[in-house]
Amino acid sequence: MVALTAAKQDQNLLSRMAAGDGHGENSAYFDGWKAYEENPFHPIDRPDGVIQMGLAENQLCGDLMRKWILEHPEASICTAEGVNHFSDIAIFQDYHGLPEFRQAVAKFMEKTRNNKVKFDPDRIVMSGGATGAHETVAFCLANPGDGFLVPTPYYPGFDRDLRWRTGVNLVPVTCHSSNGFKITVEALEAAYENARVSNIPVKGLLITNPSNPLGTTLDRDCLKSLVKFTNDKRIHLIADEIYAATTFGESEFISVAEVIEEVPDCNRDLIHIVYSLSKDMGLPGLRVGIVYSYNDRVVQIARKMSSFGLVSSQTQHLIAKMLSDDDFVDEFIRKSKLRLAARHAELTTGLDGLGIGWLKAGAGLFIWMDLRNLLKTATFDSEMELWRVIVHKVKLNVSPGGSCHCNEPGWFRVCFANMDHKTMETALERIRVFTSQLEEESLKLTKPMAAPPMVAKKKMCWQSSLRLSFKDTRRFDEGFFSPRSPVPQSPLVRAQI
Amino acid sequence: MRLIVPLQGVVQGRGGLFVGSLIPCCLFYFLQLYLKRRRSPPPPPDSSDSTTAELPRTSSRSSLFTRGNSSIGRVRVSSRAAPLAKPPDSAYYIGLERVKTDPYDRVSNRDGIIQLGLAESTLCFDLLQRWMSDNLMDSLMMQSDADGGFDVSSIAMYQPFEGLLEVRVAFADFMSRIMGGNVSFDPSNMVITAGGTPAVEVLAFCLADHGNAFLIPSPYYPGFDRDIKFRTGIELIPVHCRSADNFTVTVSALEQALNQARKRGSKVSGILFSNPSNPVGNILSRETLHAILSFAQEKNIHVISDEIFAGSVYGEGKEFVSMAEVAASAAAASSGEFDKSRVHIIYGLSKDLSLPGFRTGVIYSFHEDVISAAKKLMRFSSMPVPVQRILISLLSDTRFIDEYMAAHRQRIRDKHFLFVEGLKQLGIPCAESGGGLYCWVDMSSLLTSYSEKGELELFEKLLSVAKINATPGTACYCIEPGWFRCCFTALADEDIPVIMERIKLLAESSTS
Repeated sequence: MVALTAAKQDQNLLSRMAAGDGHGENSAYFDGWKAYEENPFHPIDRPDGVIQMGLAENQLCGDLMRKWILEHPEASICTAEGVNHFSDIAIFQDYHGLPEFRQAVAKFMEKTRNNKVKFDPDRIVMSGGATGAHETVAFCLANPGDGFLVPTPYYPGFDRDLRWRTGVNLVPVTCHSSNGFKITVEALEAAYENARVSNIPVKGLLITNPSNPLGTTLDRDCLKSLVKFTNDKRIHLIADEIYAATTFGESEFISVAEVIEEVPDCNRDLIHIVYSLSKDMGLPGLRVGIVYSYNDRVVQIARKMSSFGLVSSQTQHLIAKMLSDDDFVDEFIRKSKLRLAARHAELTTGLDGLGIGWLKAGAGLFIWMDLRNLLKTATFDSEMELWRVIVHKVKLNVSPGGSCHCNEPGWFRVCFANMDHKTMETALERIRVFTSQLEEESLKLTKPMAAPPMVAKKKMCWQSSLRLSFKDTRRFDEGFFSPRSPVPQSPLVRAQI
Repeated sequence: MRLIVPLQGVVQGRGGLFVGSLIPCCLFYFLQLYLKRRRSPPPPPDSSDSTTAELPRTSSRSSLFTRGNSSIGRVRVSSRAAPLAKPPDSAYYIGLERVKTDPYDRVSNRDGIIQLGLAESTLCFDLLQRWMSDNLMDSLMMQSDADGGFDVSSIAMYQPFEGLLEVRVAFADFMSRIMGGNVSFDPSNMVITAGGTPAVEVLAFCLADHGNAFLIPSPYYPGFDRDIKFRTGIELIPVHCRSADNFTVTVSALEQALNQARKRGSKVSGILFSNPSNPVGNILSRETLHAILSFAQEKNIHVISDEIFAGSVYGEGKEFVSMAEVAASAAAASSGEFDKSRVHIIYGLSKDLSLPGFRTGVIYSFHEDVISAAKKLMRFSSMPVPVQRILISLLSDTRFIDEYMAAHRQRIRDKHFLFVEGLKQLGIPCAESGGGLYCWVDMSSLLTSYSEKGELELFEKLLSVAKINATPGTACYCIEPGWFRCCFTALADEDIPVIMERIKLLAESSTS
């Protein structure tokens, strides 16, 4: 055998795709995940660990799920009650999927849209989670080098899921906090033009509704304008509706499926929905992704591609049984919304009490927290600094807006549905301590020979009559950075050391 | 403009302005026509699927003068997806589709088409079913929460996409057990996937760039065309094997194929083969495996061994040896000169444990970076957690596994004997095989002409007259006409005489 040096051997042996950074895990934002993995919070074993608030998981209704599974052993095929189905299910690998599975999923999709629209089970195509669904849609609709418009801020996973193996580009459509991050036609046109100038043929617009990371839902007029925009440009509209059933309070979710009925001459061949059971049902482990397309050819092609990520027949059987149980589904959706609302209220009330702002929204498993006032400077470097403090000192893994391509630094996505009440309390307490520490620092720095520390410690900031809202600290910030200030560093940098 | 001015000059004098403008317009027209033809042609309308919601087509001439590609006509899909919309042209898929229209049932549809085109086994379902009902609820619910009850988050929540450590350990032990026990697998070199199909595709994505190629001994499993070529853009170069060698690949054939590829400017990144082979069913000897490795080392390319039928070896005295074993011993013998990180194995439970519906696949690689990349790619095709829990229980029950694998092998052997004997009575020989769920049948005596055309005619006759779906060698890129793959492990004993009778009638009608 010819011996080759190890270096030369390795040089040509890995594909560009595998050797490159398309997976996104070398990004600085992974520090938060690493910090969590190295020291995950546990109320008893690791009370000082990092609390995971960066993963949008819905764990609030696990008890309902558990009860149903235990009460329905026949759904599992692997029990005495269900085993007569075993051989048919174990052998079934048709990429069309079990008919009863598709029917049950179609019915569930209708329920989560308040039965205002019908879904055809024959248009349902399986995929390996919503992740696989997005990639399949990208493969179907775009060639390498083509682009999708995506309103910012958006789910960081899109950078990887839509681009890595497909070679497709993402063209941001900038949305601003000044109007609540709403998508405007002007912004769409501007992004479309940017793409044109950069020689990126735009093949589609990808929207997430309800939005990740914002938690907002699109209103009817906005949806109509998006449908019209994409129709006019003859580009595809891909609606990621994975959080459809996570609305609570007065928020109403309107699906693109409903709106296309109201837009005259809508070209339905351009409309596609990505869905999954990971968020609405809290079953991310089952890897159930759905591509629902109004375009027959896309359905056909996506179905062939689904071989790369079929839903396990055992799962199909279980889900078919579960989602056909109308009473269970109705109760599950109802209770899930109530519990989400309650946990959301717990977090937001706590933040209100601390004077921390958040974007008003009524859906999703997270809130979009406003910490712009805590930034040293309105820059992303400053946001990263603050984020590192939050991860390493406050020990909360949250997602910084920069990772979501937000155009404005200072926003953070904070997930709340993956923890119990006690953990939420602990998280709020840590935020409380952090903000009061900041307050102390800022008081100390403006009055160096100030009152004894007791005064600062005694009262929490919301109790003090000299209540310090975070807007006010800006005044102190300006003092810090004036050339005359004796103190060159802000309290945030001090906190980091 | 450079073209127009001299043309105007040429035609000046006689209606110059008119003709001088007309000629460039005509040239532009023909240019557009040429460019339009060069783009992927619109797929033909599908007969098998429901009607597409097409926009009414306007005259093609008017479309030539519009800007860009976003004007009138059908909504476009990507050019790599467009070929998938066409009806299948491979006999492999055509046969599978035809069976669906009229499937044989020994009770309710005795005249239906008998499926011999799908390599699946139902021979040991009784054993599996019994195990499942005895054990399963426990294994699915085996994780308890703080109150000692079933912890639903153990099956419902996000887990590492490459598979729980316990399932990888279970697979490592299982694979070692069924592959002769002389090879050990390290769970950290393993990634669990949702089926063999994504396992092959993911490895392809990791090992080769768009436009590169893999050498693949033929005849080969038709599904590889989909798994490797669809989305990766990697080419498959068949390395033809001959019946004289019992379709075993030789290094000289590999060498020749590689040189030809290089002359064409194709970069070959690796060799992909199945062992036990599909569709032939022969088992590669240790020497052959060693020779393939040496070849790969010399040419500095990868070796991908698809060992998905490793546990389905039934031949008397046949020994299955995993490429992992050969690679490990080669590396040890050469004191590290041989680089085993070029070796990658694919496995899954669809064949050996008859669980194709569950979607269970394994990528095993000695290359750290490949495993690292494959792990990240698993987000697109990971095995669902409840299935992982089931498999942890199942694969760790070594007593059951031993009992099952022994029965599995015996039952395939018995069925193989019946089937091959039946064919022998009809004067139809089979290639020598010792593994897999099928046999490689030489039906050249039934061909009207010894050619691909003759073979496809026989395929059609088998389907429509004899009502049997067997996969023709053409679909597997076999260079010798007349060979068919017949899968027999989903048949009951009483189905075999029915099949033989039908083939006999067909043979008699074609000779008469």
